[in-house]
Amino acid sequence: MATDKTVDEIEPANRAVFWRGFRDGLPFLAIVIPFAMLFGVVATEAGLNVFETLSFSVVVIAGAAQFTALQLMLDNAPVAVVLASALAVNMRMAMYSASLTPHLGALPVGKRMITAYFLVDQTYASSILFYEKNPQLSVAQKWAYFMGVMTPICIPWYLATLAGAWIGEAIPAEAGLDFAVPIAFIAMIGPALRTPAHRIAALVSTVLALALAGVPWNLGLILAAIGGMVAGAEAERRGMAE
Amino acid sequence: MIPTSELWLVIVLLGAGSFLLRFTFLGLVGNRPLPEWLLRHLRYTAVAVLPALVAPLVVWPQATDGTPDPVRLAAALATLVVAFLTKNIIAAMGTGAGVLLVGGLAGWMG
Repeated sequence: MATDKTVDEIEPANRAVFWRGFRDGLPFLAIVIPFAMLFGVVATEAGLNVFETLSFSVVVIAGAAQFTALQLMLDNAPVAVVLASALAVNMRMAMYSASLTPHLGALPVGKRMITAYFLVDQTYASSILFYEKNPQLSVAQKWAYFMGVMTPICIPWYLATLAGAWIGEAIPAEAGLDFAVPIAFIAMIGPALRTPAHRIAALVSTVLALALAGVPWNLGLILAAIGGMVAGAEAERRGMAE
Repeated sequence: MIPTSELWLVIVLLGAGSFLLRFTFLGLVGNRPLPEWLLRHLRYTAVAVLPALVAPLVVWPQATDGTPDPVRLAAALATLVVAFLTKNIIAAMGTGAGVLLVGGLAGWMG
C-alpha cells in the first residue's frame, strides 16, 4: 500500500517535469528543423535516396558528425578516415555521458540505453542546466525531464530530415542558415557562465580551440575541452565557483 | 557518387560508434559514486566543450570557406551578450538571427 501511495505521489510530478522539459525543448525546433532539413537537402543532392538519408539521421542522430561523414565520403576519403573524423566530432558525447552519470546513472540499463541514444548537444545542455538548478529532483524526475526535452528535439530531427530529403534542391543555399548551429550553441553557453570558474573554463577552451584548430581528426576540439575543464576545476578549487 | 555499400557501412558503423561514445559512462559506471575530483571536472564539461565546438565555426565560417566574416562575428557576439545578460536562450537566438538578417540585407544592398 505504501508503494501505491508513493507511485501516486510521484506520477503527477513526473508528468509535470516531463512537460517542463518539453517546453524547454520547444525553442530548439527553430534550430533542429532547418538543420535537419539542410542535411536532407545536402544528402539528397549528394546522391542519397530518401530512405538512405532518413536512415542516416535515425541511426547516427548527430548533425555535425553526419555532415562531416557525408562531406568526407564525397571527397572520396577512405572509410576509416570518414569514421575516425566523424567519431572525433562526436567524442564530446562521451563527456556528456560522463557528466550525466551522477544524475541518471541509477536508471535501469534499458533507460540508460535510451538516454544514450538520444544524448545530443541540446538534450544534454538543457538537462544538465535543469539538474544543476534543481538538485532536489529524484532520478525518475530527471529521466522524465530528459524525455520531455528529447521529444521536441529528436522526433522533429527525423521528420525534418525526411522533409528536407523530399524538398531536395528547393531550398536555396541562403546565407546565414549555416550559422544557425553556432548561434544556438552560443545562446546555450551564455546562461551557463554562472560563476568565474565557469567563465574561465569557457575562455580557456575558446582560446585553445582556436589555437589548436589545425590539429587533425578534430582532436583540437577534444584537447581544448579538456583544457577548459581542467581550468574550470582548478578555478573552483581556488574558490572561484561562488 | 557514393557507393551504396560504403554508405551503409559508414551509417551502421558511425551509428554504433556514436552510441558507444554516448553509452560508455552511463552504461558502465552506472550509479557507482564518482570521485570528487572527477565530479569537479565534469561540472565544467558543457562550458568547455560547447565553446570549443563553436569558436572555430564563428571565426572561420564554412559558408565563407574559412574567411572571417564581420556579420557572423557580430551576430555571435550579440548572441553571447544577450544570452549572458538575460539568460534567455530564445531572446539570444533571436538577436543573433536579427543581426545576421540585417547584416545580410546591408551586404546585399551594397
